[in-house]
Amino acid sequence: MSVVTSSKARWRWKQPSVIPGFGLTLGFAIAYLSLIVLIPLAGVAWRSAALGWDEFFRIATDARVVAALRTSFWTAGLAAVINAVFGVIVAWVLVRYEFPGRRLVDAAVDLPFALPTAVAGIALTALYASTGWIGQYFVDWGIRIAYTPTGIVIALIFIGLPFVVRTVQPVLEDFDSEVEEAAATLGASRTQTIFSIILPALFPAILTGFALAFGRAVGEYGSVIFIAGNIPYVSEIAPLLIVMRLEEFNYPAAAAIGAIMLIFAFIILFAINLIQAWSRRRYGHG
Amino acid sequence: MGRADFRNPVSESRRAKWITIFVAGVFLALVLFIPLVAVFVEAFRLGWGAVLAAITQPDALAAIRLTLLVAAISVPLNMVFGVAAAWAIAKYEFKGKAFLTTLIDLPFSVSPVIAGLVYVLLFGTGSFLGPIFNSAGMQILFAVPGVVLATMFVTFPFVARELIPLMEDQGTGDEEAAISLGASGWQTFWRVTLPNIKWGLLYGVLLSNARAMGEFGAVSVVSGRLRGETVTMPLHIEILYNEYNFAAAFAVAALLALLALVTLVLKALLERVYGRDHAGAVRH
Amino acid sequence: MTFKRTLALAALTGSMLLVGGVTAHGQTLINVSYDPTRELYREYNEAFNAYWQEQGNPAVTIQVTHGGSGSQARTVIDGLDADVVTLALASDIDAIAENSGKVREDWLGTLANNNAPYTSTIVFLVRKGNPKNLLDWGDLVGEGVEVITPNPKTSGGARWNLLAAWAWAEEEFNDDEEQVRQFVGDLYRNVPVLDSGARGSTTTFVQRGIGDVLLAWENEAFLAIEELGPDAFDIVVPSISILAEPSVAVVDEVVDAKGTRELATAYLEYLYSDVGQTLAAKHYYRPSDPSVVTDQSLLERFPDVQLATIDDFGGWGVVQPEYFGDGGIFDQIYQPAQ
Repeated sequence: MSVVTSSKARWRWKQPSVIPGFGLTLGFAIAYLSLIVLIPLAGVAWRSAALGWDEFFRIATDARVVAALRTSFWTAGLAAVINAVFGVIVAWVLVRYEFPGRRLVDAAVDLPFALPTAVAGIALTALYASTGWIGQYFVDWGIRIAYTPTGIVIALIFIGLPFVVRTVQPVLEDFDSEVEEAAATLGASRTQTIFSIILPALFPAILTGFALAFGRAVGEYGSVIFIAGNIPYVSEIAPLLIVMRLEEFNYPAAAAIGAIMLIFAFIILFAINLIQAWSRRRYGHG
Repeated sequence: MGRADFRNPVSESRRAKWITIFVAGVFLALVLFIPLVAVFVEAFRLGWGAVLAAITQPDALAAIRLTLLVAAISVPLNMVFGVAAAWAIAKYEFKGKAFLTTLIDLPFSVSPVIAGLVYVLLFGTGSFLGPIFNSAGMQILFAVPGVVLATMFVTFPFVARELIPLMEDQGTGDEEAAISLGASGWQTFWRVTLPNIKWGLLYGVLLSNARAMGEFGAVSVVSGRLRGETVTMPLHIEILYNEYNFAAAFAVAALLALLALVTLVLKALLERVYGRDHAGAVRH
Repeated sequence: MTFKRTLALAALTGSMLLVGGVTAHGQTLINVSYDPTRELYREYNEAFNAYWQEQGNPAVTIQVTHGGSGSQARTVIDGLDADVVTLALASDIDAIAENSGKVREDWLGTLANNNAPYTSTIVFLVRKGNPKNLLDWGDLVGEGVEVITPNPKTSGGARWNLLAAWAWAEEEFNDDEEQVRQFVGDLYRNVPVLDSGARGSTTTFVQRGIGDVLLAWENEAFLAIEELGPDAFDIVVPSISILAEPSVAVVDEVVDAKGTRELATAYLEYLYSDVGQTLAAKHYYRPSDPSVVTDQSLLERFPDVQLATIDDFGGWGVVQPEYFGDGGIFDQIYQPAQ
């Protein structure tokens, strides 16, 4: 990279570059970003600001809101952890092994992006209800899946499935097999190689995938309301509370809960980008 | 790479291999394939004729038309944005880059409900912009523009997210070489950069398109559900379902799933045919 | 570049489909309604159109939207140009009047019978043979009984459900508020799923097989039996229920801007005609004027039941904030559950 650092170490906003188009592309990107995302989101901040700090604080610490946020976060967290574990296994299988139908499976991993979330919710509810194809086997064990927080976790696993697979897959593909060969030559067993060489190198990608799945799952609405049961303090999620406040024509309160979730979303994403930047420096890939 | 079946120091035992495949298979079956199969089983419960009738019924056709229109507007716009943003972020070093990247990703983890809510707050009653557009005779909410805006918001980061890491990995060497050999900016982009990123771009566009066609939460908040006017395929599914028309609802859902599956398989095939020569540049 | 061509092709196909879809119409009328009226208005719209053309008018395109009553009201507040609203309860139309001024403040009384051309009530839908022997409200709080009702925060019908239970408890416990609250709280603690709308609850009960009893609109219960399983369910009529008055009103601001006041008013008034009342009865709504319905068999289907009215509670102006508002009685039910 032809980065010329000024000898005077003057603060620069942008490093000089011979490639043209910086003003055009950045200008367009920021203008479009503002129009579609930032200005509308500012509306949320503006509406919740109308409440005043005290009222905002009261809504944010209301027991019901706290309970809903807690449900949203722990179910999303658990789903993301499960996705992280199984996502790595799926990515491994897709990259390293040949078996019939591999390409179809590879393509199908993206399906949760495409299937309307409401359809996913209805289909999952039908399957995991105590009368469903899958749910009936769990009833014998005394486990109810649909209409409990477990159901929420199932829906969120579905929603977050592609993220870990799709972030780990390319890294695994690019993984230098010479490193594995070197480890094997030096006497490491296959298990040692996997757990002390390959997995640590995958770790940033897994973390990114985890955070993406988590971020997406926290806000999920369409699929969850069908399977959740929506009982306050138990299986009520934060986005549902937003909808309820809207139905009560209480727009500022809806905006306030929205703002709280936005702040969390922003923190999560900022963490992801820091992880990626760090891993790029350390491993040379995202 | 040592993918051979005999025991080799850089691959696992056959047993480990098949156990791993089995675990992955069971997991995918439980959360992905069985739900997918369930959609198709429900759809075909009343046979082919019923499926055909459900998707050729006028309201269904209008919904398909609107869904395609919304995707046809939002996907290209987001594609242009994604390329521009990735170019600015990947090819230059400037302060605030991580912040800008985070902002671009934001719609990704924003609840779809909030994505709809923002436009209601922006254009609804008591908002600042709503009355202005209304007096100009332009309806945004509960009309096609609102549906398009909500879809654009939800699918906003897909292309950019795909391209930024890819273009950062590729560095600026190729472009610098082209420029120093006298190529203009546009020439560099079309002849050097674009061929390098085309698979990433295609993947981003396909994902963006799939999500645009399937978005439910955000669109349902701003749509108003006027049949034949603001009802997209996912909303049409919801309406049918609420009318106890389960088979028809799943028929339209199956069509949507099929559209997604076909594009994804198509992408996999295209990559197989053309992808080898770009193995380094392609993500998978 | 393959993908560019594909994209262009997709865009072209899309725009062609779009052009194909543009059609021209005369006057249009938008009716924003609530969940269970889908079947009623599908048939009523045809009948009205025929009547309207008989009067020497051009055919009219009628659009009806359905959803939870509250969220439907919200779409009107936020700018959906509805000519008429036909919602589950008066307070949702009040909300439109208050929050947007699109409906005049004194809308209640602009049409006969409190602007309710048809009424309904709340009944129990139980599994065939009533295996848990649920005969009245008191049976619903029993150990192990699962009650399915939608969420009163998002569903209009669910608000009537809670009020009906409340009315029974007031009678049962001689207006001892403490015991009434305890009863209603116990009732909701037997609810395993709070769907967001009446249709969602029906599906949960009927399709998923969850719960022992569904608290439902009378019309919704009849319809569920008719559409989903004549041999699978029974209707149980409790000793006390509530007179649910789904209200209709013209959206003044919209009809004046569009010039559709005459059409919109005729549309609502025709609901009170013999044709409108008969159609309502056919779809299991209780006609407000049964005398114009000639087919007695339609009327005989409605069981006699003692009905409390919303006025017994002090009207929606009092009930909405006190029972269903933020921090109201319904919210309090769940507070100790933490």
